[in-house]
Amino acid sequence: MDWKRFGFIALIIIVLFSVVVMIGQAKQPPLLIVTSMLATTIAVATPLTLGALSGVFCERAGVVNIGIEGMMLTAAFFGWLGGIYMFHIFQLPPSVSIVLGVFFAILTGALMALLHAVLSITFKVDQIIGGTVINILAVGLTGFLNRQLFFGSTSVFEGSVPSSPGVLPTVHIPITELFASICNSSAACLQNVQAINRVFDQKPIAMGAILLVFLSHYILFNTRWGLRTRAVGEHPQAADTVGINVIFMRYANVLIGGMFAGLAGAYFTIESVPSFEPLLTNGRGFISLAAMIFGNWTPIGAWAASLVFGASQAMLINMQIFRDVIPPAWSFLQESYIVGLTPYILTMFILTGIIGRTTPPAADGIPYEK
Amino acid sequence: MSEPKIVLEAKGVTKQFPGVLANDNVDFDLRKGEIHALLGENGAGKSTLMNLIYGLHHPDKGEIFVNGKHIAIHSPNDSIAAGIGMVHQHFMLIPVFTVAENVMLGDETTKRGSLDRVAVAAKINKISKQYGLDVDANALVGPLPVGIQQRVEIVKTLYRNAEIVILDEPTAVLTPQEAEDLFRIMRDLTARGVSIIFITHKLKEVLAVADRITVMRAGRVINTVKPSETDSAQLANMMVGRQVILTVNKKDHEAAEEILKVEGLSVRDQRDLETVHNVSFTVRGGEVLGIAGVQGNGQTELSEALTGLRSPTSGKVTIGGKDLTGKPPRIITEAGLAHIPEDRQRHGLVLSYTVADNMALCDYYQIPFSVRGVIQPKALDENSRKLISAYDVRTPSPFVNAGKLSGGNQQKVIVARELSRGNVKLVVANQPTRGLDVGSIEYIHSEIIKMRDRGVAVLLISAELDEIMALSDRIAVMYRGQIVAIVDSKKTTREQLGLWMAGAHVEPA
Repeated sequence: MDWKRFGFIALIIIVLFSVVVMIGQAKQPPLLIVTSMLATTIAVATPLTLGALSGVFCERAGVVNIGIEGMMLTAAFFGWLGGIYMFHIFQLPPSVSIVLGVFFAILTGALMALLHAVLSITFKVDQIIGGTVINILAVGLTGFLNRQLFFGSTSVFEGSVPSSPGVLPTVHIPITELFASICNSSAACLQNVQAINRVFDQKPIAMGAILLVFLSHYILFNTRWGLRTRAVGEHPQAADTVGINVIFMRYANVLIGGMFAGLAGAYFTIESVPSFEPLLTNGRGFISLAAMIFGNWTPIGAWAASLVFGASQAMLINMQIFRDVIPPAWSFLQESYIVGLTPYILTMFILTGIIGRTTPPAADGIPYEK
Repeated sequence: MSEPKIVLEAKGVTKQFPGVLANDNVDFDLRKGEIHALLGENGAGKSTLMNLIYGLHHPDKGEIFVNGKHIAIHSPNDSIAAGIGMVHQHFMLIPVFTVAENVMLGDETTKRGSLDRVAVAAKINKISKQYGLDVDANALVGPLPVGIQQRVEIVKTLYRNAEIVILDEPTAVLTPQEAEDLFRIMRDLTARGVSIIFITHKLKEVLAVADRITVMRAGRVINTVKPSETDSAQLANMMVGRQVILTVNKKDHEAAEEILKVEGLSVRDQRDLETVHNVSFTVRGGEVLGIAGVQGNGQTELSEALTGLRSPTSGKVTIGGKDLTGKPPRIITEAGLAHIPEDRQRHGLVLSYTVADNMALCDYYQIPFSVRGVIQPKALDENSRKLISAYDVRTPSPFVNAGKLSGGNQQKVIVARELSRGNVKLVVANQPTRGLDVGSIEYIHSEIIKMRDRGVAVLLISAELDEIMALSDRIAVMYRGQIVAIVDSKKTTREQLGLWMAGAHVEPA
């Protein structure tokens, strides 16, 4: 990751924020807009960040994974389903059911990744085709089970969707409490601190994702595991000749990637909203691949790129709030589908390589043969 | 004088691959502190034997002993633990890693879970000093010259405390000076008790550095001899199994009129970097102009520009008086070019086509191969049978896919197609014998000389100095995209050419 790239990312985020502040300041103070947008950006970037980390681990080990979308979707469904089963059938308390739901999602991601690993590492199937198979399988499997289990005469839950055990709670970081004394009981000051506090009050998966970014970066570039993973993705023969088990390293990293995708799936149905609908991932798995590429296959870079997409989604949400104060000259921003296009236009723009080319691992996508 | 003790011994090693008996009951031994050369043609089983010793393959039969103890080698880990290190022909280095990262890979030193780059660098510097290897532990490997990359590979084996080092075709990628450096390093290593297996097919090198020479052919050990008791001719004889003429017989130079004229040619490669700068030379009918140089100094782009595969950015190319600058390959071919390309599998042949089809690739659209736009299988068939017998192509039939033939026979298909055409005025041969066995090399060299003697102009591009010296009437040296010297081949020496190839500014003697 070079500074030019980080600079570009910062610039885009600042532009997106500025547009919202300019329009919204008629209704809300700028600080409040900025902090609420930051909070939204971090939250909605979570699945992209985790998806991008999934891609980083797979591709750094030499396995192209375009099945992240499908892994996320399947994990979102089974995580949610697992929570409901634990709650309704096994009568576990909601909190335990939710945590087990997250666990099921991660397990589902790992199992889907295992399928990808078997196809692409053991059977040396073209990895793009393997990934596509997973995406198609995910849509079919979740759509079918969703209908069979919850709708129609044969459904387990007698034709109605049961209530889910709920979502993960927001974790409050006590910044306001710590800084309250500094404000000397000035109400305006306290309001500002509270506004800033909102940025840090995130849900567990969103917080965990950021920790995982830095942890992954450290593992990849400063540990034995990381060195071997990158070696296997750059030049597997070289790794083999110094006694590294290429097949094992690739399997392990694809499974790790699958767990990340699974956690991203859990974000949708266990952290964001307690429901499932077919196709709910809506292309985010693919956008996370774009973020991975733009971040030059590094965790921190991919996270920064995910934040750009998060910011454009946050802008979309805020445009709905400030709909009535959009000036006539900017009226195109009222059309949610135009604003909604931003991440996709950004993706195309980024992938053209205008901001400098990125280099994938040399053996990315090539099955290993002795 | 008592013989030093045997550190490595292979007894009765046999390895069967589908269709080939790669190693047939091979016995081999290595003594402490010696350089033992393993000589043989491609496919003789040298690399297979080394891969068995290094644990990349497993023998079907036979045993391997290190320091007199039988060891079971299941993977490179076992051989590394037994003190065996191997420098592969294609370097096993990761270009985006530093020297230290490459060296420690697989045997990492960590401090509280984190890679200890400082400790590794210190150990590398120590080894580097001790053996005069001169490598910088913190440098990125990718941009290093090949000679240095090879040293990194040697450091890698020493870092793992190897006492037996296998060097697989180590000089294939080096300039003569770099090769000399390598031989010095090899002697330093053996003086310190390291034993070396030196795999090569170059006779001169073997005679210069080896203490003992084992010759392999067709999976068997033919003989083990001392350099003092043999000579090139005898070794070549053992390698090939018949008399080989090592020197190319050519009559004196009878140069005629100018055929190829290149003026101020500049070419950019696919990364848009100018790799050929303002190059000018001529080749006359009946002469061979050899272009010497280390690979990657613009030879590829030069030959692509001459044959129409790449447009030059400036300059002029004329063949037989016709301006053909930037013209498509078909026009240039019709003007009398025969092209033996650098990469025979990518640019010389369509591997999934039959030998017969490949032999008509240049003129399939003309009578008799094509009549009113319809291919005439009978004409293709007749043509290929004629060429197969005239150029001694060993193929089961004309209808076998070209991809099924051995490298030497694939090259003969190309040579037959290109040189048999009636109107050839100029031959551009780029690395025509790369990776071929002595027998095929001998044949292709004699065909090139035949063309020259018929009055055809020949441009020979090769990284093998011996080949350039043997065939050329004049020699041009390319360095960083420029021709730094053009000399008469009788008035120069290997050493001088080597210096030019390495970029030294030396006046012609």
